[in-house]
Amino acid sequence: MAQLATAKEDGAVHAASSPGRKPFRLSTLMSVLGTTPMIITAVGVFVICIIYSFVLSFTNSRIFPAFGADNFVGLEQYDRLWSTGRWLISVNNIWFFGLLSIVANMTAGYLLAVFMDQRIKQEDLFRSIFLYPFAMSLVITGLVWRWILDPNYGIQATVQGWGFEDFAFAPLVSSSTAIYGLVVAGIWNGVGVSMAIMLAGLRGIDGEIWKAAKIDGIPAWRTYLFIVLPMMRGAILTAFILQCVGVVRVYDLIVAMTQGGPGISTQMPAVFVIQHITDRSNVGLGMAAATMMLLPVVVLLALQAFAQWRANRVKESA
Amino acid sequence: MMTTETLAASSDAGITPRSRVEDGPRGAKPRTLTLARVGVYAFLVLAALFFLMPLWVMVVTSLKAMPEIQLRNIFQFPQQITFEPWLKAWDTACTGRDCNGLKPGFLNSVKITLVGTTISIIIAALNGYALSFWRYKGANILFGLLVFGAFVPYQVVIYPLIIALRELGLFGTFPGIIIVHTIFGMPILTLLFRNFFASLPPELFKAARVDGAGFWQIFFQIMVPMAVPITIVGVILQVTGIWNDFLFGTVFAGRENMPMTVQLNNIVNTTTGVREYNVHMAATILTAAVPLAVYFISGKWFVRGIAAGAVKG
Repeated sequence: MAQLATAKEDGAVHAASSPGRKPFRLSTLMSVLGTTPMIITAVGVFVICIIYSFVLSFTNSRIFPAFGADNFVGLEQYDRLWSTGRWLISVNNIWFFGLLSIVANMTAGYLLAVFMDQRIKQEDLFRSIFLYPFAMSLVITGLVWRWILDPNYGIQATVQGWGFEDFAFAPLVSSSTAIYGLVVAGIWNGVGVSMAIMLAGLRGIDGEIWKAAKIDGIPAWRTYLFIVLPMMRGAILTAFILQCVGVVRVYDLIVAMTQGGPGISTQMPAVFVIQHITDRSNVGLGMAAATMMLLPVVVLLALQAFAQWRANRVKESA
Repeated sequence: MMTTETLAASSDAGITPRSRVEDGPRGAKPRTLTLARVGVYAFLVLAALFFLMPLWVMVVTSLKAMPEIQLRNIFQFPQQITFEPWLKAWDTACTGRDCNGLKPGFLNSVKITLVGTTISIIIAALNGYALSFWRYKGANILFGLLVFGAFVPYQVVIYPLIIALRELGLFGTFPGIIIVHTIFGMPILTLLFRNFFASLPPELFKAARVDGAGFWQIFFQIMVPMAVPITIVGVILQVTGIWNDFLFGTVFAGRENMPMTVQLNNIVNTTTGVREYNVHMAATILTAAVPLAVYFISGKWFVRGIAAGAVKG
């Protein structure tokens, strides 16, 4: 019986190990069936939905999608988008917020990782403390920090109450400083992750490097900065990508902490899009904004794919 | 065999072989108590205080009565502890006209998290299994699209999804929010399972094929029992992810299924009446309790989940 099955199914085993050219068989059907949700998601959501959004950005749809002949307005929505103050501020903010929080997050993360790497006692305890904020949602992070930064009852009032009458630390009340409040909260939430990833990267460095550096008399801080850091490209890239994805998606934090205010000073693209497809019912404009959000992602992924393709070609020709 | 090695290899976060990590810290040398040593601990303790401060503030605020909060000392331990704010946050706090506290949101979040996690883990395991052993024509393209999907900003696909779910009559319903969580959890979870199954020795699969086992048989009898560790990582990732979700809850869940995070935000941002900061903080702690419990119980698994969630660049 087993023998018979072997003979019959041999082709399938072979086919599984070399996909691409194989006859149609029941097991293939099962595989397709088993992955139906994936097929629907990959094609339906990540292709069709994106195209749908893209097409809508060329229409003047308000609440509902409108595909009539006279609904297509060409690039008008993009024109409007780039002359809308709310959007321009959003774009400015996301760059500022993104750069500041990524740099601060990764610097602090590496610093913490280096200090954690000093054969300290209670390493697990410190790790838990640095990492626990990440387990909480950004809504919670935002609400807690809004309370801490409350001008009347928060840190500012408390320190003033201790006798430092001139102490001022309430970034959220002013439109020029509110974004720093968001950065502080975001860092509190996410530094632990960068720390954990980079600490793992540090521990992955070959011990010989350390011995060699010590023999050469290089001080530890220089070894960390100039020798070890460049060797941790994988960990740094991982932490960096994680941060980037988080920054582009930042929505909860803003809604919980500032609701885009004061005024529109902490607007961000993610909030802009949601506002336009809900309250402001201007889907055409919202989809133009969404397309702009997708653009940097597509460019980066294309660059990465291109680099990989080039690397493969070099390898083949060598 | 199913221990840390396989897991680290499969998590594919590109960080480090597990064995090195177990070597423990390396760092500079000093073993005796030097000034540098004191500095190291001083820095770490200060950092720890910064990270713990919000938790402290949350807890002490939630245990004070409003008059004490108005004394304007956010760090001070309550002179008189009261659990009134906690009861109110759970039972009677208002969002607009409804005054049922957080409990309906809690129940909704439990339902959404349980069902959503179960379904997305099953689907992702099947995907990973099929992608590793039963690649049909085009399967790799599908996988590529899925990985691409991990980077797509949600805002790009939310509106078409609203329209599609509305057409299906699922917008604002329980199945609707489950579908949305399944979709957006799929890229990372599938990656996780695919990398895990791909790291298994192929002989395992071939032997089962020789014995005449088919697609489902191999999956349920061989792969599922082996995939326990990676499933734990996936469950942690998805439970915290779904519980902490806010955006999808606001857009897709509808009033009936409003998750706890959305309800929390509504309670805090209700503009009518006096702002009861103690109730707000109690509500915040209640909402954070589940993911915090998951974090402290799962410990190192949680870190592994994060590393695995860091999509490979």
